Amino acid sequence: MVDESRAVLTGTHFMSGDLACAEGALAAGCQFFGGYPITPATEISERMSRRLVEVGGVFVQMEDEIGSIAAVIGASYAGKKAMTATSGPGFSLMQENIGLAVMTETPLVIVNIMRGGPSTGQPTMPGQQDVMQARWGSHGDYEIIALAPSSVQEMFNLTIECFNLAETYRVPVILLADEIIGHMWERVKIPPAEEINVVSRKKPKTPTAEYQPFKPDKDLVPPMACFGEGYRFHATGLTHDEKGAPETVSAEVQTELVKRLADKIRKNAEKIVKAQRVMLEDADVAVIAYGIPSRAALSAVREARKKGIKAGLLRLVTIWPFPQELVSDVAKQVKAIVVPEMNYGQLVREVERAAKTTPVILLSKLGEEPHRPSEIIEAMRRAVK
Amino acid sequence: MSESNLMMHHYLAKYLRQERMPHIWCEGCGNGILLNCFLQAINELNVDLNKIVVVSGIGCIGRVSGYINVDSFHTTHGRAIAFATGVKLANPELEVVVISGDGDLFAIGGNHFIHAARRNVDIKVICANNFNYGMTGGQYGPTTPLDAWTTTTPYGNIEHPFNLAHLAAAAGAVYVARWTSLHVRRLKASIIKALQKEGFSFIEMISPCPEIFDRYNKMGTAVDVMKWFRLVSQVRHGCDPAKAEITENEILVGEFVDIEKPSYGRLLREMTSRVQDKLKREES
Amino acid sequence: MVPRKLWRRPLDSEQIKLPKAEIHIIPDLCKGCDFCIEFCPRKALEESDKLNKRGVYPPKVADESKCTLCGFCTAICPDFAIFTTEKKEETSRNGR
Repeated sequence: MVDESRAVLTGTHFMSGDLACAEGALAAGCQFFGGYPITPATEISERMSRRLVEVGGVFVQMEDEIGSIAAVIGASYAGKKAMTATSGPGFSLMQENIGLAVMTETPLVIVNIMRGGPSTGQPTMPGQQDVMQARWGSHGDYEIIALAPSSVQEMFNLTIECFNLAETYRVPVILLADEIIGHMWERVKIPPAEEINVVSRKKPKTPTAEYQPFKPDKDLVPPMACFGEGYRFHATGLTHDEKGAPETVSAEVQTELVKRLADKIRKNAEKIVKAQRVMLEDADVAVIAYGIPSRAALSAVREARKKGIKAGLLRLVTIWPFPQELVSDVAKQVKAIVVPEMNYGQLVREVERAAKTTPVILLSKLGEEPHRPSEIIEAMRRAVK
Repeated sequence: MSESNLMMHHYLAKYLRQERMPHIWCEGCGNGILLNCFLQAINELNVDLNKIVVVSGIGCIGRVSGYINVDSFHTTHGRAIAFATGVKLANPELEVVVISGDGDLFAIGGNHFIHAARRNVDIKVICANNFNYGMTGGQYGPTTPLDAWTTTTPYGNIEHPFNLAHLAAAAGAVYVARWTSLHVRRLKASIIKALQKEGFSFIEMISPCPEIFDRYNKMGTAVDVMKWFRLVSQVRHGCDPAKAEITENEILVGEFVDIEKPSYGRLLREMTSRVQDKLKREES
Repeated sequence: MVPRKLWRRPLDSEQIKLPKAEIHIIPDLCKGCDFCIEFCPRKALEESDKLNKRGVYPPKVADESKCTLCGFCTAICPDFAIFTTEKKEETSRNGR
């Protein structure tokens, strides 16, 4: 039986990113975890299997990642905050049902602790190779929210943020971390439960007989009834009208639905997007980074300043929706942008699009230790020469 | 009774989303009979309609969830059982029923089926088995009999079919029954029994597919196929499901398995109580 | 099978009165599978000679007095197009 009193481990802890993620989920009110073991995300499952029982939630190890996300969608529709955690190969298996979650407007959280790909790749090595998969992995037009933590504390904080965004917009939200953040041990401060901002899905106010499950409010988000509450509604992965009835040939219904599902995020992008600006005010070269490389980037920028390079950092916390305007603003001001990524060039494409004519330099790393500050400084030095 | 609102006087009409009638299924398709029998069962049991969830997958029968006036969800292909597992575990008060086809449940969704049965998740799975993929135009599937003609077995099927009842029993289902769409009373009785039973229950309904599979294989009209069911069906309760093959000359039907075993949900709740009690003891 | 003439008659068969049935057909819901006609144990139904709006011949009542309200047609109809109800005795007309 649900026992919220054990959900929030208030205090200062020394834990790994994966464990902090699990604690963040519990603090956000997560009551259901469905997952499948995969390096380097397994520790989240392990922690949840122990802790969810303590708080009266449900942990189930499914037969694969497809089953995991399907069960998570089911649990969310049954009224529970639900999540799964995986890595690249499992994330690929989940893609079809991420589309189902988008289409049926299911709030849920997917944690992807990225490793090296393609395929089985390098299971124990870091990577940021799923950035575009997170954005475009499922078929059809849709928008997605993905956040990239760069510290163990952020694994805790952003997991809560992921749940809050999922519940606010009725969407699947992805926590896109990398192996280093997942396995790194750092200090984590968990505040008292009452100081944690926890958002829950809005419930319908209409009488049960009049409820239309996909009729949006002004914010484009429909209030969400759950199974067993007496609304007796139908949800489907087929294109559907506001009542939830399939409309498989109407261009009008398809256009209206697909646009609204995307606009929920597009039109609220300003509210969703979070980024950290460091020493950008007078910068003439900028680093744009997220996840593990942003830690080296921060050192690099500080170090570069000491050496007389006017460097600044834009650390992206939100990757999707892409912070187009923030990047554009930086691009207008600087002579060049350096993008360190643990892949062969993914988010750099978005940066280039936003930067227009400002030169963008990719610092790619594959399957090795992350960027060193010296490498980033060197790139900046060359860029502003 | 006037003709226009006659439907409303049908004793099962209140369980249907009437505005979505008529359903999409062909004339003589068994899916409508399965829907009919399911509604008869919930009518007879007088269950709280607010606590039933019907989940379906993809295929002709996938549309069934949209026709029943309860909470319902139409999932992606093959994932109905995994979705239903999440629903049932998250809210054990709900009665969760998966209604889907042989291709959805046993080809693309086969893994979820065997593992849900093994876990003994307290869900009921009702399968309309028409021996092929009807909605996509009649391709062979995991139940297509050897030598049958389908659009992807133009020289005859060379794959051996699943015996679904045997598969369900071997995977751990606590209740396994098979009927044809002619056995409406017994099918209804089996659904009632499954709904009252704790654990993973499986009911297979052999269905005509008059427009596609039966036509390709020159089995005659839907009535002819139903007459064939009548001719070759033999009721064998308690029969070893391994021996309950379906052949041209014999369809063994009946309740094959009816055992007791604690469900996953029960074991989970018991474990949770134990763990929480221990924590409380340690704290005090 | 035992021939019908050898069937034992229940002792109270004289007192048992079969209910009078009313058969309701919703022709436009019918898709013409003929299950109700074919599998009615009393052959109370037959095919109509009038097409419905779906272009098939729905059933029509051949002889309502044959119907014993067994409900098989209702149960086997895939389209919810037929059901039976018990006919209320019309006391005023037969003067009882």
